[in-house]
Amino acid sequence: MIEFNNVSKWYGEFQVLDNCTTHVSKGEVVVVCGPSGSGKSTLIKTVNALEPFEKGTVWVNGISVGDAKTDLPKLRARAGMVFQHFELFPHLSVTENLCMGQIKVLKRNPEEAKAKAHALLDRVGLLAHKDKHPGMLSGGQQQRVAIARALSMDPMVMLFDEPTSALDPEMVNEVLDVMSDLAREGMTMMVVTHEMGFARRVADRVIFMDGGKIIEDCATSEFFDNADARSERTRLFLSKILQH
Amino acid sequence: MNYDWSWTVFVDLSSNGVDTYLYTLLMGVGWTLALSLSAGVISLFFGSIVAVLRTAPSVWLHFIGTVYVEIFRNIPLLVQMFLWYFVLPEVLPKDWGDALKQMGQPWGQFIPAVLCLSFYGTARLAETLRAGIQSLPRGQGQAGTAMGLTPLQVYRYVIMPQAYRIVIPPLTSEFMGIVKYSSVALTIGLLELTGQARAMQEFSFHIFEAFSAATAGYLAINGCVVMAMHYLERHFALPGRIGWKARMKLSGSAS
Repeated sequence: MIEFNNVSKWYGEFQVLDNCTTHVSKGEVVVVCGPSGSGKSTLIKTVNALEPFEKGTVWVNGISVGDAKTDLPKLRARAGMVFQHFELFPHLSVTENLCMGQIKVLKRNPEEAKAKAHALLDRVGLLAHKDKHPGMLSGGQQQRVAIARALSMDPMVMLFDEPTSALDPEMVNEVLDVMSDLAREGMTMMVVTHEMGFARRVADRVIFMDGGKIIEDCATSEFFDNADARSERTRLFLSKILQH
Repeated sequence: MNYDWSWTVFVDLSSNGVDTYLYTLLMGVGWTLALSLSAGVISLFFGSIVAVLRTAPSVWLHFIGTVYVEIFRNIPLLVQMFLWYFVLPEVLPKDWGDALKQMGQPWGQFIPAVLCLSFYGTARLAETLRAGIQSLPRGQGQAGTAMGLTPLQVYRYVIMPQAYRIVIPPLTSEFMGIVKYSSVALTIGLLELTGQARAMQEFSFHIFEAFSAATAGYLAINGCVVMAMHYLERHFALPGRIGWKARMKLSGSAS
């Protein structure tokens, strides 16, 4: 469903993505991990063209993202994105947050959009908060609303950019649970995260990046359980992150 | 000091021999209000557009916005007023220029004054709004873009509603500024409040009374601006943001 072919990107002199080649199949859950600045967020943001790239190609469902003729808003509408800092719209109620994309982009009528919004809020356990503004919710609740907002567009793929790293430890699980449910239902997902427990439980594949390069790209069990076959850099990363 | 204080001068007949000074001063207030309101509304509308240009990713749009702002905020308002009034009719096609010159009192002065204050106000409001837009987290725009909104929709539905709320305090100063700058229109002969006060002073020699009245007039107008903006600030306050506590306190419920 998503194919990265030799994707490279530079910020001026600095190369953030270095010949990245990988793919994500339909229904697959891929966790992308690596140290800060390794390019993992940038990689998933090339999928919906939030981050343009200079070389290589990215194909999403047969559409080339880098092609100048591609209708980017249309493509983005089909790729749900969840951000580290939620990025709910603070001036709109929770329900309005979930309706905006449906009405303005998908042209659904307001009644239909609202019904869909409430069904999704119910699903993430937040229907009681439907009329509140995001500023009145906890971080974990806001992130669940953000996931529901992305789902309101009926996306074919969900992109998560460190969805739990801005949360209080107590709230991490409520968000991971929603994501696990989503994975179980067969959603195609790319997840940038440091939650290795989640990766081990939910991911089909793990990609490890460092310095803009994809160092490892293998099945989850292979990644965690076959340490001898991993590179030096990966073992060092895992030894530091798995200790606690 | 030998000065003949007389507050009853306001009910004396003014230089036109028909109306009292009080009446002409109130007419002045009317023109000041008309001028400030027109210029304020136009400046807010076009200032928003220029602010969007200034923050647009396109180099060309950004350039156009920057050139506009730098031209109109770098020239003294008085000079701009003279340019609109004296120079514009000469550089326009002859028919248009003549039409402008023949418009007479007060529209012949009012229209150049509105143009002048609007072009100047647009540049100033654009800068204020730009600061508001740029104070938003970058992720807000990204979130709108990621759900498939076009760049214009991102501004319309995500960025601007938040930017306007943030800049209400400096916007208050800008609107009060427009009211005060409107007095420059007296130099091209528009009899707004300052112009009427000066006319009264010249004819009656009651300079203190005349300018006391003008002072009271400006204080009252700008007092209304402050109150209206305060109301807007509270009315549009968002949970957990600036102004929310004040709104809760007034409505008597707990936050």
